[in-house]
Amino acid sequence: MSVLIFADQAEGVVKKSALEAVQYGAKVAQLLNTTASAIVLGAADDASLAALGNYGASKVLHATAAALKEVDAAVYTQVIAAAAAQEGADVLIFPFNFDGRAIAPMVAARLKAGLVTGAISLPDTSNGFVVKKNVFSGKAFASVNISAAKKVVAVMPNTFALEPTGNTAEVVPFATEIPAAKVKVLKREVITGEVPLSEATLVVSGGRGLKGPENWGLVEDLAKALGATTACSRPVADAGWRPHHEHVGQTGLTIRPNLYIAIGISGAIQHLAGVNGSKVIVVINKDPEAPFFKAADYGIVGDAFEVVPKITEAVKALK
Amino acid sequence: MKILVCISKTPDTTAKIAFTDNNTKFSEAGVQFIINPYDEWYALVRALEIKEATGATLHLVTVGGADTEPVIRKALALGGDEAFRINGDSQDSYYIAAQIAAHAEQQGYDIIFTGKETIDFNGSGIGGMVAEMLQLPYVSIAAKFDLDGTTATIRREIEGGEEEVQVSLPVVVSCQKGMAEARIPNMRGIMAARTKPLTVTEPVAAETLTSIVSFELPPAKAGVKLVPADNPAELVRLLHEEAKVI
Repeated sequence: MSVLIFADQAEGVVKKSALEAVQYGAKVAQLLNTTASAIVLGAADDASLAALGNYGASKVLHATAAALKEVDAAVYTQVIAAAAAQEGADVLIFPFNFDGRAIAPMVAARLKAGLVTGAISLPDTSNGFVVKKNVFSGKAFASVNISAAKKVVAVMPNTFALEPTGNTAEVVPFATEIPAAKVKVLKREVITGEVPLSEATLVVSGGRGLKGPENWGLVEDLAKALGATTACSRPVADAGWRPHHEHVGQTGLTIRPNLYIAIGISGAIQHLAGVNGSKVIVVINKDPEAPFFKAADYGIVGDAFEVVPKITEAVKALK
Repeated sequence: MKILVCISKTPDTTAKIAFTDNNTKFSEAGVQFIINPYDEWYALVRALEIKEATGATLHLVTVGGADTEPVIRKALALGGDEAFRINGDSQDSYYIAAQIAAHAEQQGYDIIFTGKETIDFNGSGIGGMVAEMLQLPYVSIAAKFDLDGTTATIRREIEGGEEEVQVSLPVVVSCQKGMAEARIPNMRGIMAARTKPLTVTEPVAAETLTSIVSFELPPAKAGVKLVPADNPAELVRLLHEEAKVI
């Protein structure tokens, strides 16, 4: 009985959400009085693998077969299940990011494991294995007990602050039979140089109040000054002002940054569903009746075109 | 070609969230139920478009009690050919996926569409589990789905961007915004739905591996602290010194 954590990487670098999952898994292992191993699939440099020890993994299994270069959920499921069998892992931890969303349920079905996704608490093992998760699109929480012997938990990104331990992990090559991928990647477009929204701790978001894409410089300038990632509301994405992968809300991305600044967004309930996990919400809107103010921690009732540049200047002065 | 769309009944997106029975049950008092938006707006409507383009047969499936029937009738009104209600009573994703997989194995579908998640339990588990149980490829969080014969080209979201993948049918796909534009059922569809077959079957034996112990609401916000519009620097000071987020 041990804990195995799937730590996914992009371009050889383990994702931040995966580091959070490794740390979570290590703490679960402590609770269960056992060990935590991480598994990384695809090329990654030894230093970044060993650094997984910094977040609590005692061992890192590294599978480097060329067939693992692209993520095929079914192929990854097979490899992770083989690693779980080798390690005698009964508890598997995933980041609840794009890869984790696809692979964790497949692994759970393969192992006949109880699945909880979007976990926001460590398990309470005093009476079963009870994990708290977001439900009703962030409007409530549910405590879910996993009664199966095998358990799969996918951890909500940006929920647990990283706490480096200073340790390093032993890196062990892992090889197993790899089935042929049925899903072929044709092309990939990734915005480089910007923290992905799902992992961002600071987010500046714009809505229809900005009147048009030509005014997006307001959002971008403030984001740049803060070192934040930009986002938008649904109408903005639907109007084609911004790409769809920037849309946060009920039908877009769900994010949990430390700071979410909403500029010219009224705060419909569907938008709130995507951002209500933010630790601090700032709303800038000229309408004092905008519903978003009810969910905000800080707010300015004012014209974004006048207010936002001044905030940007104040941020620059602070840095 | 046969397509299956998995349908969930969820509270309306604007429903007031409250709990009863010592916070162990969702309070349905005054709540309007709808087809889970991801299932309807994206999975079902894209399936309808494929049906219209190819003449495919479109089936709907839901796992639940008789209370799910109005929702599945609406899916029939939108254009589904036939619906199946599996009379199971569990919120566990493994149990639900096992029911859908057993049904799909019997019917043999070329495409199985699910929404990327439900808006009540936000699980994202069913598509992947069904794919694994049927040993089919799985493409999650699809934003575009094009079909050329038996080859699907799918655009899906990844961290900070998008990826285009290709897969041969049969396949399981979870759907999100971008797949299709929402439709409204017309009167003809609503009338036709009344006579379309809705078959109720008993569930296959499957274990429930998880259960909800209790629900809770998040603590109420303390209220917004308003900063005068003529002093935005004060906001930056508060974020730095008080909230400590910048």
